[in-house]
Parts: sequence; structure tokens; C-alpha cells
Amino acid sequence: MRRVVAAAAAICAAGGVCAGEGMPPLTSTPGDPERGRAIVIDRETGLCLLCHSGPFPEVTFQGDLAPSLEGVGARLDAAALRLRLVDSRRVNPDTIMPPYHSTDNLNRVGAEWRGKPILSAQQIEDVVAFLATMTEVAQ
Amino acid sequence: MRGGAAALLLIAATMASGDERLSGTAFMSPETRAMQADDLANPGMFAVLEGARLWEETAGVSGRSCAGCHGDAAETMKGVAARYPAFDEASNAAVDLTARVNLCRTRHQDADPLPPEDPRLLALTTFIGHQSRGQKIEPDPDPRLQPWRELGARLFRTRMGQLNFSCANCHDDNAGRHLAGNPIPQGHATGYPIYRLEWQSMGSLQRRFRNCLVGVRAEPFAYGSREFIALELFLADRAAGMTIETPAVRP
Ligand code: HEC
Ligand code: HEC
Repeated sequence: MRRVVAAAAAICAAGGVCAGEGMPPLTSTPGDPERGRAIVIDRETGLCLLCHSGPFPEVTFQGDLAPSLEGVGARLDAAALRLRLVDSRRVNPDTIMPPYHSTDNLNRVGAEWRGKPILSAQQIEDVVAFLATMTEVAQ
Repeated sequence: MRGGAAALLLIAATMASGDERLSGTAFMSPETRAMQADDLANPGMFAVLEGARLWEETAGVSGRSCAGCHGDAAETMKGVAARYPAFDEASNAAVDLTARVNLCRTRHQDADPLPPEDPRLLALTTFIGHQSRGQKIEPDPDPRLQPWRELGARLFRTRMGQLNFSCANCHDDNAGRHLAGNPIPQGHATGYPIYRLEWQSMGSLQRRFRNCLVGVRAEPFAYGSREFIALELFLADRAAGMTIETPAVRP
């Protein structure tokens, strides 16, 4: 399993095309895209728009540390989206995207957050379900 | 937007001089910059005035004031903040200006040390820092500071917290970009202690470190810890040659 992920990461790094790599669903309950959207735009829960931008007109201040999420559902399938959310370090070891569902190899995590992932398994599924709907790109 | 254009001008001016380093002030809005530049509008000047008063005031059983030993701060304290943190023989350790003030209280005034972020401590360090305004940062070259220099450099690159960021991830790699709407400065500590509009009060550089660490959901180091002094020394090295602005104003 680890080796498969590592190999996929290598292909990714070399060509920038990440087809075929990914992660199966974390729960048996399908994700809810509406809840996922709410998590993505929330500054405390998802934190996504601190770094990313995207078609979220109600969020006035969006980040520019990361690529736009617009059309991300067309670029990546659910398994690939899930892998990046769970632990982006598996795709890019130097990423600044926080590992949303891994507590491995973290340092000095504050007492309030120690041992807990940023998002629960079900929240990850919700966000994946929402991102998968983001297939459109404005002309 | 206008802030962006002005910041670009500043960037262009500094690049022309061959130095791409920018004070945090360059990333602020024109309003905040104007407030900092005008001594009559800069709320940090109240701390300078209060510090000047405390400089003359006796403290502790000794009945001595800072002025009693150091005289006119405009002369004796000029350039001091520019070379701190420095090596203290007696404790055989690096100390910052805050620790120095408290060492003077305990060793020479027979007074209790002031707690972290105490308004009196901030006033005194702001007053002392202000005596170096306009001077270039010139870190203490004492070789005995080397362990602190190395620890600071290492900590600056260490990922920390649930969000797994290092200081360098933001201040070296992403300075000038925006976290939500907030510009990320290069993290040069040229204007500390600062007046922060959001707090309606002064704050030390270590309070800034704590904010950055809590922001990435890390356990902050303690006030006065070896780690924070080491980060201060590393930032002094990183900002060597840049101009001191104390007291700076931040949003
Ligand atoms: C601290 C910054 C940061 C945060 C917060 C963040 N990301 Fe990212 N994300 C990145 C960066 C940078 C990349 C580019 C790839 C890389 O460097 O790993 C990225 C890549 C992605 C990708 C792949 C995009 C593509 O086109 O290949 C997806 C999907 C994604 N992020 C979704 C999210 C979601 C959803 C959240 C919140 C739940 C989030 N990100 C939070 C920094 C961040
Ligand atoms: C996730 C991003 C991030 C990380 C990680 C981070 N900072 Fe910051 N830092 C900021 C932002 C944003 C500001 C500006 C805040 C403001 O003034 O509104 C800032 C401000 C500062 C300043 C003040 C600059 C000025 O001109 O006022 C210093 C110094 C600083 N950081 C040092 C550090 C150190 C040392 C670390 C690591 C222990 C660190 N930062 C980690 C984002 C970060």
C-alpha cells in the first residue's frame, strides 16, 4: 500500500499528471456535498480559503497561496481528491497544505488539537463529495 | 488596492538598492503607515512617554531609578536595541531587552521582575527601542551566542502545529501573498514592541511569535524561553542592516 502511494507520488512529481493514484472512501456513508461546501468556506473548520480561492461569492477575502479550486472536480477524481485532503504530503512531501486527516509526523501540536485530525473521516467525505461537483470553469 | 501600489513602489525602491528585504510596514495599509510615521498620531508614542517617566522613577528597595545608573537614555541607550539579544556574562546566556530590563530590576534595583507583557515592561522596552529608531540593526557578534543563533535558525525552519507550518513556509516562501485577505510580511522585527490596533495596546515580539504559533495550532513556547530568545536572535541576524522603527503600528 505504502509503496503504491510512493510510486504514484513519483509519477505525479515527474509529470504533474496524477491519474490512477488515490484513496478509497473512509466511511460507508456517502459524503454530503452541501455540508462539504459549508466546511470548505468556513474559516475555522476547513480553512481552505485561507490559502485557496474559488467560486464562492459570499467569501470576500480568499487566499493566494494555493491554486484555485475552480474546476478541481474535473481535474481530479474522488479518490485523488481524498488522498490530497487526507494527507497532501503523500503527493508532495514539501506541500504547505495541512494534512486534514493524519496526525503522523506533526510537531508541538497545541494541547487543544493534539492527537486529533483537522477534519473527521465523515467531514473528509463531505468535502470530497462537494469538490467532485466542482467541474465547471467560468469562461 | 492603493496600499498594494504603494507597497510596490517601496519594493521597487528597495530592489533598486539591491536589498529585497522589506519591513513589515511596507505591507500595511496607507492609513496604518501614515499613523506610524506621524509621532502625534502614532499611539506607540504614549508607551515611549510612559517609558521615559518610568526611566526616571525609583523602583525596589534600592531606591534607584534606571536613570540613576544609566543617565540620559538618548545617549546611553542609543544603539542598544540595535544589537540585542546580547550575551549576559552573569547568567551565561543570551538575553533580550525585556530580560535585560528585568535583570536590572532584580540585580540593581532590588525590585521584583515585571511579568511578561506588563504595560510597564512594554513601556520601558519601547522607550529603549525608540532610542535606536533610524539606526541599523547590528547583531551582537559574540561567539558565545552561536548556540542560540543555530537554535533560532533551526526553529525558523521547523514545521509545527496541527497545520504543520514552519515560520519559513510563510515568511520566506510566501511573503507578499495573502492568507485570506491578510498580507504575509517577511517577518523582519524592525519595529518592536509594536502598537496593535486590534489589541488597543502595545505588544512584544514574543507575543507576535505566540500569535503565529497559535495560528498554526502549535503549542507556543513560554515567554522568556530559550527558544524565543533564539528566534529573536535569528531574526536580528536575518534583519541585520535594516532600520529600526520602534514603535511600529500594526492592524
Ligand atoms: C495552508 C494552505 C492550504 C490550505 C489551508 C488548504 N490547501 Fe489545498 N493546496 C494547497 C497547495 C499549496 C496546493 C498545491 C499542491 C501542493 O503544493 O501540494 C493545494 C492543492 C489542493 C488540491 C489539488 C488541486 C489541484 O488542482 O491539483 C485540492 C483538491 C485542495 N488543495 C483542496 C483543499 C481543500 C478542500 C482544503 C480545505 C479543506 C484545502 N485544500 C486547504 C494549500 C492549502
Ligand atoms: C501560516 C502563516 C505564518 C506562520 C507559520 C508564521 N507566521 Fe509570522 N506572521 C504571519 C502573518 C500573516 C503576519 C502579519 C500579522 C499582522 O501584522 O497582521 C505575521 C507576522 C510576523 C512578524 C511581525 C512582522 C511585522 O512587521 O510586524 C514576525 C516577526 C513573525 N511573524 C515571525 C514569525 C515566526 C518567528 C514564526 C514561527 C515561530 C512565524 N512568524 C510563523 C503569518 C505566519
